[in-house]
Amino acid sequence: MSASGYGELASRLLEGSGASVFDEVELERDDGVVLRGVLLPRPQYGDPDVLVLKLPNGYNVGVDSRRVKSIRRVGRAEPRLGSPPPQPPLEKGLPRVHFVGTGGTIASRIDYVSGAVYPHFTAEDIYSMIPELESVALVTAETLFNIFSEDMTPRHWALLAERVAKVFESEGPSGVVVAHGTDTMGYTAAALAFALRRLPGPVVLVGAQRSSDRPSSDSATNVLAAALTAVKAPFAESVVAMHAGLDDTKFYVHRGVRVRKMHTSRRDAFRSVNAVPLAKVELPSRELTVFAREYIPRSREGVVLENGFDERVALLKFYPGMDPEILDFLVDRGYHGVVIEATGLGHVGERLVPSVRRAVEEGVAVVVASQCIWGRVNLNVYRRGVELLKAGAIPVEDMLPETAFVKLSWVLARTRDLREVARLLLTNVAYEIDKRSEEWYYPPLDYFERFLAGGAQ
Amino acid sequence: MSVRVGLEIHQMLDTREKLFCSCPTSLRRDEPHFRFRRWLRLARSELGELDPAALFEYAKGRSYLYESYIDATCLVEMDEEPPHPLNAEALETALIVCMMLNCKVVDEVHVMRKIVIDGSNTTGFQRTALIGFDGYVEVEGKRVPIATVCLEEDAARKIEERGSEVVYRLDRLGIPLVEIATGPTISSPEEAGAVALKIGQLLRATGRVKRGLGTIRQDLNISVEGGARVEVKGVQELELIPKVVELEVQRQRALLEIRDELRRRGVAREQIEAKPVDVTDVFRDTGSRIAKKALAAGGVALAVKLPGFAGLLGRELQPGRRLGTEMADRARYWAEVGGIFHSDELPGYGISEGEVSEVRKLLGCGELDAFVLVFEERRKAERAVEAVVERAREALDGVPPETRAANPDGTTRFMRPMPGKARMYPETDIRPIRVTAELLERVRMLLPEPPEAKYERFVKVYGLSPELAGKVLRSYRLDLFERIVEATGAPPQLVASTLEDTLVELRREGVPVQNITDEHLFALFDLLAKGGMVKEAIPPVLKLLAEKPELSPAEAVKQLGLTPLSPEEAREAVRRILKRMEGVIRERGEAAFGPAMGAVMRELRGRVDGALLSRIVKEELARVAAGG
Repeated sequence: MSASGYGELASRLLEGSGASVFDEVELERDDGVVLRGVLLPRPQYGDPDVLVLKLPNGYNVGVDSRRVKSIRRVGRAEPRLGSPPPQPPLEKGLPRVHFVGTGGTIASRIDYVSGAVYPHFTAEDIYSMIPELESVALVTAETLFNIFSEDMTPRHWALLAERVAKVFESEGPSGVVVAHGTDTMGYTAAALAFALRRLPGPVVLVGAQRSSDRPSSDSATNVLAAALTAVKAPFAESVVAMHAGLDDTKFYVHRGVRVRKMHTSRRDAFRSVNAVPLAKVELPSRELTVFAREYIPRSREGVVLENGFDERVALLKFYPGMDPEILDFLVDRGYHGVVIEATGLGHVGERLVPSVRRAVEEGVAVVVASQCIWGRVNLNVYRRGVELLKAGAIPVEDMLPETAFVKLSWVLARTRDLREVARLLLTNVAYEIDKRSEEWYYPPLDYFERFLAGGAQ
Repeated sequence: MSVRVGLEIHQMLDTREKLFCSCPTSLRRDEPHFRFRRWLRLARSELGELDPAALFEYAKGRSYLYESYIDATCLVEMDEEPPHPLNAEALETALIVCMMLNCKVVDEVHVMRKIVIDGSNTTGFQRTALIGFDGYVEVEGKRVPIATVCLEEDAARKIEERGSEVVYRLDRLGIPLVEIATGPTISSPEEAGAVALKIGQLLRATGRVKRGLGTIRQDLNISVEGGARVEVKGVQELELIPKVVELEVQRQRALLEIRDELRRRGVAREQIEAKPVDVTDVFRDTGSRIAKKALAAGGVALAVKLPGFAGLLGRELQPGRRLGTEMADRARYWAEVGGIFHSDELPGYGISEGEVSEVRKLLGCGELDAFVLVFEERRKAERAVEAVVERAREALDGVPPETRAANPDGTTRFMRPMPGKARMYPETDIRPIRVTAELLERVRMLLPEPPEAKYERFVKVYGLSPELAGKVLRSYRLDLFERIVEATGAPPQLVASTLEDTLVELRREGVPVQNITDEHLFALFDLLAKGGMVKEAIPPVLKLLAEKPELSPAEAVKQLGLTPLSPEEAREAVRRILKRMEGVIRERGEAAFGPAMGAVMRELRGRVDGALLSRIVKEELARVAAGG
């Protein structure tokens, strides 16, 4: 297969004609149809021997190379990628916000000749996409990584934390906005919350559930909300700013240690779990309202960075019939810690208990969080819990399993002493633990009833 | 003067599911269950490429309120979930349409995103795919080329505009449409009508398209020699097409005459300037209610001179529509003003002779000069003047290329400037679909009977009169007719005349026949075929069903007391009635048939088959007359 993505047959046909991708070609099909258009690269999926042609009316069509009687090159298509217009003069005295790109796309440009979408991450592009920012902040931008969020690793968390600390120290922005793919944004946000121990301003992670090349993308309003948070928030925590609902008018700011992506595709996929959101931002009023009764305020002293994450940590979900060898395997492979997403209050099958005991005996931290997601683990209520406690498992209160995983990774990079590990895990560092379970933490079940006859709005 | 017309026909498909999700394809009348608010945006670098209309909409900073239903719209219409794979049933139908229109078909279907930022698509683009091209349709011995056949998703329904917000309903968004574009070779109003009729017939013959108002929309591209291409959107009724073309030809001709007259008068583009004069003081004590109201609200009166336009603003272009009307349309669109006044209609509307001459004086108008007046808040008034001046300048060129909307009377009004080139890029959430030989083979088996063959069958097998067969064939109930005949075994003639004549007559009488559902009709003919009612009962039963759609035909028959009589019961009833008229019958013999039949009908109408009843009456008459 050639670089254009075409299969052998198609490639041979193209070579024979001297035509290559992005050339304007004229071809004749075996039924006498003559088509003229720009030859596009083959998408990854589908029949690689079907040529993709962009016709003058803008439509793409596939032409089976086996049916092509003749093809000739008639010209070359010039890509028409608009360049960002010069930035208009900004209001004087605007607060500064630094944008760090990790692969999430905030701005895109479409080449309507090839149909390709190019993500862009310069300040000009960001202003071009979100002109409202011109009166909000003086934006600077850099691209740190360009990866899918599912390719993030604890090493990336550390590099990002270091970069954010550096930016705050050297450039003194009002806040830092991190553009991040949404899939693992919660993990990264938690990691930054643990590593950045003291900050002069918030780190706001933001992403989009609809890609930025479409006019309806949530990217622009999310970024606007994130920038407003960076500028206006009295807190200096690692947070996630995303849509609060279906409307483009309300955004919640969630604590990184409390937030979880709870939907595959909706704009309002992110929810605070065992907590209410830290704050909200509204558009077009641009108001920020803090909900939290306490928070870590902006510090006037220097940045404190406690960086480093242990990569030999696993997150394991218990399921009925789970083979204890899975846990044994991790211990044998020299893992330093395992978070078990246990059932209910924190239970696993009987067969797993000896393996937990053995893991602890070998110095491996075994942490228990719940796959219920909402609520607090408690190993004192049922016998199995007591057995796990005796085996040396560490229950982590109402901490999210993902946050427990990140925190364990962070803690193990500081100490391997299991007592100290337990103490640090259960010490509230960034509001990841709440001793009180408040009624409004758990969303009501009966919301659907308002859609039933008569109650609809 | 020759005219060139191209048609663009959008037909809703009657698929079970929408094009990119599994929601139903029906429209709702009840209150929406919930609403949400969105904005659309584009990178500034793209704005330069936008067509002026889209840019204007965008610049208004509009927000969009979408109305949704729990059970009829899902996250896909809400742009909260990626589209599902393209509906195979819809693709089949599109391929059928391609074959019927003799089109060549693509080897692989690529779904595109066509940027649309008026909010009618929650995504900001319409998904569309080119399926076929290079076809033709034969109409009255002439081959009309079919340029393209596309399969696309319908847009959301606009409900209302409230200030800077537009309200859309999502029930229609995503219903599959085929869009058929003819080449611009149609050369007369009648031909345009005939081509649209023919394509409509072909579409209905598939049995796979929706029927009823709003399910087919025709756009017309009309250009008159020496004029410009004008796009007329949204002609919903077929009968209107020739009229629209005719009136557009008339309009373009009149505009060309105006152009020539302006040239004769030596009017130059530079002379027409957007230099409004504030004439508020002239109207301090005006008798015009509109002026008074606008000035009281803090508005101003702006006037602009249109040199050389005297008498031309009032010249009729189409019935009731003048050059002045076109200027007012533009002012309403670009400046969102209520309207304008032009000097050809003044004095009038409470504006006095004195005020007119005062304005003329202030503007320095000569005998051949016209002026336009706006009463509005200053900024809007200024924009309105600019829009008017722009339109006046275009009059020097004759016909401005623009998109117009059809009025119910066949005239047209300005809708927006001609859109720029469509901007499309691939819908990467949907994989290309290979059109395989097997798929085409399967589709070929689904091809409907061509209309000519259908007509033959209706006349020969169903025994319809040529006139009725033609009516059914042209009707949007064609498909329903065939399905009813097939399902119920009711006499085809009766089904045809009920659908095409009875329903039409009832509607003319003001009966709300739109309440009669397909299910009603199926049940009615089923009842009839099984002897549960007689054909004479059809009109009263339909009438009752229209008024009380919750009834079934059987219930309606019962309520109306039209339960059929057996031949024996009928004979007995006839005897009873005739007995009362014995004297008359004896006296007049066979000539008494008329009054006798009348008396019998009064009592038994709708309960006995008419032919049978007439036979019984004849026999009984003969018996009585014979003294039996």
